[in-house]
Amino acid sequence: MTDQSLSTRVKVERSMARRRRAETRFRLYGMASILFGLLCLVVLFGNILSKGLSAFEQTVLTTDIYLDKDFLGLSRQSPESELLNGDYEGLIKEYLKESMQPSGRSERRDLYSMVSVGAHWQLQQLVVNNPNLLGDTVTVELIMDDEIDQWLKHDHEKGRHGRLSEKQTEWAQQWLDEGRLKTRFNVSFFTNGDSREPELAGVHGAIMGTFLTLLVTFALSFPIGVAAAIYLEEFAPKNRITEIVEININNLAAVPSITFGLLGLAIFINIFGVARSTPLIGGLVLTLMTLPTIIISGRAAIKAVPPSIREAALGLGASRMQVVFHHVLPLALPGMLTGTIIGMAQALGETAPLLMIGMIAFVVDVPGFINDPATVLPVQIFLWSDSPEQAFTERTSGAIIVLLAFLVVMNTAAVMLRRRLERRW
Amino acid sequence: MKHTLAAGALLLASVLSSTAMAERNYISIVGSSTVYPFSTVVAERFGKSTGFRTPKVESTGSGGGLKLFCSGVGDATPDITNASRQIKKSEVELCAKNGVKDIVEVTIGFDGIVFAHSAAVENVQLSLKDIFLALAKVVPGKDGALIENPYQTWKQVNPALPNTPIKVLGPPPTSGTRDAFVELAMEGGCSQFESIEALKKTDKDKYKAVCHGLREDGGYVEAGENDNLIVQKLAASPDYFGIFGYSFLEENQDKVQGAIIDGVKPTFDNISDGKYPISRSLFFYVKKAHVGVIPGIEEYLAEFVSKRAIGEDGYLADKGMIPMAESRRKQVEADTKALKTL
Repeated sequence: MTDQSLSTRVKVERSMARRRRAETRFRLYGMASILFGLLCLVVLFGNILSKGLSAFEQTVLTTDIYLDKDFLGLSRQSPESELLNGDYEGLIKEYLKESMQPSGRSERRDLYSMVSVGAHWQLQQLVVNNPNLLGDTVTVELIMDDEIDQWLKHDHEKGRHGRLSEKQTEWAQQWLDEGRLKTRFNVSFFTNGDSREPELAGVHGAIMGTFLTLLVTFALSFPIGVAAAIYLEEFAPKNRITEIVEININNLAAVPSITFGLLGLAIFINIFGVARSTPLIGGLVLTLMTLPTIIISGRAAIKAVPPSIREAALGLGASRMQVVFHHVLPLALPGMLTGTIIGMAQALGETAPLLMIGMIAFVVDVPGFINDPATVLPVQIFLWSDSPEQAFTERTSGAIIVLLAFLVVMNTAAVMLRRRLERRW
Repeated sequence: MKHTLAAGALLLASVLSSTAMAERNYISIVGSSTVYPFSTVVAERFGKSTGFRTPKVESTGSGGGLKLFCSGVGDATPDITNASRQIKKSEVELCAKNGVKDIVEVTIGFDGIVFAHSAAVENVQLSLKDIFLALAKVVPGKDGALIENPYQTWKQVNPALPNTPIKVLGPPPTSGTRDAFVELAMEGGCSQFESIEALKKTDKDKYKAVCHGLREDGGYVEAGENDNLIVQKLAASPDYFGIFGYSFLEENQDKVQGAIIDGVKPTFDNISDGKYPISRSLFFYVKKAHVGVIPGIEEYLAEFVSKRAIGEDGYLADKGMIPMAESRRKQVEADTKALKTL
């Protein structure tokens, strides 16, 4: 007897080292996989940040420019329609020609192409906002073309020409030496809509489109989702039919998102005639996509409310409806909101379903309402990544940073809501 | 809760009815991804320099665009579709069936398809025959019979070429660029073999299958529609070749260069003269029934065919489109102004 117990003990002691080693190995595997995940994240963020941060800066040329009344054919009393139509482009060209003295036609073309085609809108805005500036010399920071912008950001320090000609590099160097050519914070990246000129392209249109689309999505999916969750959890009889509904909702959550786009195209556009490329149709399609997420998380939140609360309310004479709306719903709401925010964050990053309903589009005007044509941020990223101009590469990464920032904010909001409102029993 | 529900329902109802009522007051453009970079530039300038709203441009591919375009008349359908090839007879019939009878065709210029490689190595000279032999699924063997493509390196194809493996990144079958490349380059090289050329008369389907079939054993890699990705890969690996439109070469000349094809370099001048063998015309099609209904179409057309847009020194030339000769452009301008239909 003692022999046997001793031998068991010996056995255990002998196997101890092996089992400890197995445990250590397992811990190492775990740590390695977490490290790998973190490394991927670091590489991803590092890559995007290193490429995209320069998108938040824009090269400008500080210029003292004389707003020649005679050249523009305007006076301080001119009506706004005339002020809008002044030949500001010509004024900038004239200024460049006078100050740099290019020789010959091709040099002139080279010189003019260094300033952005959008620069004259700056002058136009200045004059329209304050016609009294006419006849004065104003100091403006003219937006430069994307090629000189890229040269200053990437090639200048390495002594390369980049895509500039020899003469253009010479002029740019001269401006640099005078301290007039510099980079400043790129405000227009946040205030402009899309553009085919990288230096004028901004994410404002896409952000507004995203906002309006998510607004429609939220306005539809939250009430419908919450109502469905409450009914299924609190009122629905447990039978075959509700079981089938339940299974199908769970299945819907796993359906590839592009399918919802096809559905939207077939039903909302072809049957109901909703306009293509609008936040309305986008929101409708994304509602289909987020509904299962909201219903499932809503039901989980309702389930987590202890039955004792329902029973107490019923015992005090409350109706089923009162129990739900006065007691269960307020307690379940934080969980539902978290689910909704996560669903929204998913919708924020979605492009595939939007492909089918015409939201992969070039839209310059910033959308003001849900039936204006619009794109959303991920689509904007996709469109820029596909543009031939090199400067769009950094814009692409810049827009990704903006999108990531939104995602982080939404997910943080979800976590904070949960922390703040969560109750434990 | 009740209020939220009611408000949501009310919002939905009001919006659905308002969108159904509202006339579209901006131009809707769909179509080719090759024409997209050009038509968006015109759309943006048009929007900023006139009182009209900026047209909405969708990139759906030439075929997809024409399908939408031909789906009917009315403001739910696009007004204009871009195409990197001419409209097919079957598409004209589809249009007519759906009530789209008067279609205006506008030729805007040319696009060259380049066979590019890294700018870090010496420029390669190829013939269409070399391209066909390197990329076809089946090629004529020594006795003239068709065999599975045996070539693994460029040197095997043509002793004058470098001894590097054949690796070509190109667009997928949905792309108009692929269609044009297959038709112009592959078929151009393929028809130089007498045995295959003879096939054209006897068995047209087989001729097409032979000339249009790209190899699937890894020599030709479908790289998706993102041409920037191809450019980046070419810059990183000097052995690779890539197929894309001239505008991407123009914008990335510091990273990649175009191979010389049949002794002609893909330059602006060579493509506009028609010397470069792999080039095609670009078009867009306008629904005449929408002119005068949707505001701004006439003005948009006038801007697009103007000298400052598609002229020889126009702003689209700066974006990489190859312009037509001035006399041809004037003809196009006159036809477009008169809304001459197909």
